[in-house]
Amino acid sequence: MTQQRTSVVLDTDSGEVAGAAAPASARWRVAVPSPTVLVLIGAAVAIVVVAGVTNDSFLTEGNMTNLLRQMVSTGLLALGMLLVILTGGIDLSVGSVVALTGIMSAGLVSGLPLPLAILVAIVVGVLCGTVNGVMVARFSLAPFVVTLASMTTFRGLTYVYSKTPITPTTPDFLTLGSQDVGIIPIAAIITLAMFALGWVLINRTSAGRALLGIGGNREAVRLAGVKVRRHLVLAYALSGLCAGVAGVILASRVGIAQPSVGQGFELDAIAACVIGGASLSGGRGTIGGTLAGVVLLGLIDNLLSLYDVQSYWQQVLKGLIIAVAILMRRGERQNT
Amino acid sequence: MKLELRGVRKGYGGVEVLHGVDLTAEGGRVLAIAGANGAGKSTLIKVLAGAVPLDGGEILLDGEALTLRGPEDAQGLGFRTVYQELSLVPQMTVTENVLLGALPTKRGLVDWSAAHARVRALLEEIGFADIDPRVRAGKLSVARQQMVEIAKALAVEPRMLVLDEPSAVLAGTDLDRLFDLIRRLRERGVAILYVSHRLAEVMEISDSITVIKDGRVVDTLTPARTSEDEIIALMAGRRLEQIYPDRVPEPGKPLLSVRGLSRDGVFDDVSFDLAAGEIVGMFGLVGSGRSEVARCVFGADRPTSGTVELDGAVTRFRTPGDAIGAGVALVTEDRKHSGLVLGMDVTDNTTFATMTRISRAGLLDIRRRAANVQDMIERLGIHPPRPEIPVRHLSGGNQQKVVLAKWLLTRPRVLILDEPTRGVDMATRVDIYRMIDELTREGVAILLISSDLTEVLGATDRVLVMRGGRLVAEVGSADTTEDEVLAHSVGVAA
Repeated sequence: MTQQRTSVVLDTDSGEVAGAAAPASARWRVAVPSPTVLVLIGAAVAIVVVAGVTNDSFLTEGNMTNLLRQMVSTGLLALGMLLVILTGGIDLSVGSVVALTGIMSAGLVSGLPLPLAILVAIVVGVLCGTVNGVMVARFSLAPFVVTLASMTTFRGLTYVYSKTPITPTTPDFLTLGSQDVGIIPIAAIITLAMFALGWVLINRTSAGRALLGIGGNREAVRLAGVKVRRHLVLAYALSGLCAGVAGVILASRVGIAQPSVGQGFELDAIAACVIGGASLSGGRGTIGGTLAGVVLLGLIDNLLSLYDVQSYWQQVLKGLIIAVAILMRRGERQNT
Repeated sequence: MKLELRGVRKGYGGVEVLHGVDLTAEGGRVLAIAGANGAGKSTLIKVLAGAVPLDGGEILLDGEALTLRGPEDAQGLGFRTVYQELSLVPQMTVTENVLLGALPTKRGLVDWSAAHARVRALLEEIGFADIDPRVRAGKLSVARQQMVEIAKALAVEPRMLVLDEPSAVLAGTDLDRLFDLIRRLRERGVAILYVSHRLAEVMEISDSITVIKDGRVVDTLTPARTSEDEIIALMAGRRLEQIYPDRVPEPGKPLLSVRGLSRDGVFDDVSFDLAAGEIVGMFGLVGSGRSEVARCVFGADRPTSGTVELDGAVTRFRTPGDAIGAGVALVTEDRKHSGLVLGMDVTDNTTFATMTRISRAGLLDIRRRAANVQDMIERLGIHPPRPEIPVRHLSGGNQQKVVLAKWLLTRPRVLILDEPTRGVDMATRVDIYRMIDELTREGVAILLISSDLTEVLGATDRVLVMRGGRLVAEVGSADTTEDEVLAHSVGVAA
């Protein structure tokens, strides 16, 4: 809704006759972020400026690198979550998948070559997602219930694999999570690349449009020949893929894989999507908005730590900030 | 009771829809409101229901100014509105829907037997005693749901009843029963506003007709002193020479043959042929199985037995995708429920059925997509001509054009249209008939399912009549009468 307004303005600015230059306006629309994203970016910039002025350690290289690294997990999970949310579903199991894939990659690396160990772990993530997807699509079960069950199951499997934390035996294992290119962590580059692919998927492929359509009106797109079940499985499988990558990177960053890691991660991912304008009933949400949501959440976490806010108060503040962000979006929607 | 609107203005987001409407509704009279799509009928109804605030002008009730701050205010005054879009909760029973929020209680608990009895009495009063109040609303046919909706509006004695396109889903005897009800309500002194595109009905039931066009009242007429043609001319602002194109049936080779198609409990042993360049109508009362046959042919539902042949070869469409691939398209009867993704834009909605065709290596060819959409916007005259607008913001007729555009892009050889003109104004209907006629010249076979007798005879070459899940008659459109077709559909020998 908000996007359309932007492009209407652009059409008149460039003096185009209404509708006569559809391809041009279609391209324009993509280039200009929606008001939601602009507001979020504005908020993020304001936070950065205020923090930079008031806190000496905020704008340091070390903190910036750290900040980017901290955003990676939420970012990757939010990306996968967005695909599921677009279809009107939800994936509560991603935190458990992070733990399972993390611990498997750390464990497997003692017997397998590093790339293969990582690959196997990520494939496990995809499989986890596929199981969710099949349950949701084939048996028409509620996504919330399916992924609630699998959240517990995958967590259990993690402990079955190892009850104790695993320290990877190969030092190279740490590269992915802890090395930087300049001041930019490799992990952040991977995350951004995956967001770019996500953007292409949603905006430039029939599968992406189908995901949105399924969330908007499942019956209408089914009757238009869209293979609904297949696309649902795809969404959950990709969410599993993202969680798998996040799990490996997290284990690699920390240097030790904990079976208890990742609890509550799914909630941050959902929050990022919602702050970014996604609708939990499906059919609406953007990559740009989600990325902005991730950055905002990351900044808040980072700052509250820098200011030594007690962690309980951190949670209270974060909750309030999420509520405010959503209320702002509500006002915006009513205006259009 | 006398309700007057004076100079009512209303706009959305800077675009004014009603430019000062004057209107008078009186107790004991039926006022019809006629107007094309986008004329402002829906907005007018919302104003009367208190659903939207006024931007200007005033509402007078018996000469005194009235402010409706919300739907509760309107309902408190006894103004009841039955919207075109059904607003029942499908998971709840008929009783719960009708008495929503006002279930009778005994000692703090819901008194179910009293509630059901109350609703049964209401349904009897409106002439639909055959609806079981204990059944879930979602299980009922659309026509029955519409009647439940009306029962709901009558649960509290209304002073004014607004009916928005009530006949869109009702046909034949159902419509007669509705008219009986309207007449009884009129005798009881209820003011009735009847909003409809269907002029024959409007002429039959109303005491006066107000025609609106582009947000203004054009004229108020008395049925006895006007004609359908005059009203159409007023609505369109131009005189429509001819509603249905002249047709000389020249059926080509058979394209689609349906043989002994059955679906348990829905329809039984249906066989018919469609030839290239032919328009075949399918008429039947609601519940006769028309739409269900179409869905089975299209692969949306599974038939229990029987076959579908395309070009003489037996085909099995397991999914709609199979049917689309073979050149069969189905425009379903309920565009909001099964035709459109309302929150998405015209581009997406127009291309859902063809987006895989214009993809290469999974990537959409967005230039081609934009060109296709632009093409359709021009060809069908979709207004406003903006591909990026969510279809939710389009009027009913333009939404229907978007649905048609989606299916035309699939380049169908067999096009099944289920109630394609429901809730569509006269000018757009004429466009649709013309478009169908043009398609047949390109060799497309058309199956036109409709509960509008005039349409089903006027726009087709021959008509299939269904009754109780069976195909009971086939007649040439030019050699029959509305009475004969109706007689077949209700099982009375003509």
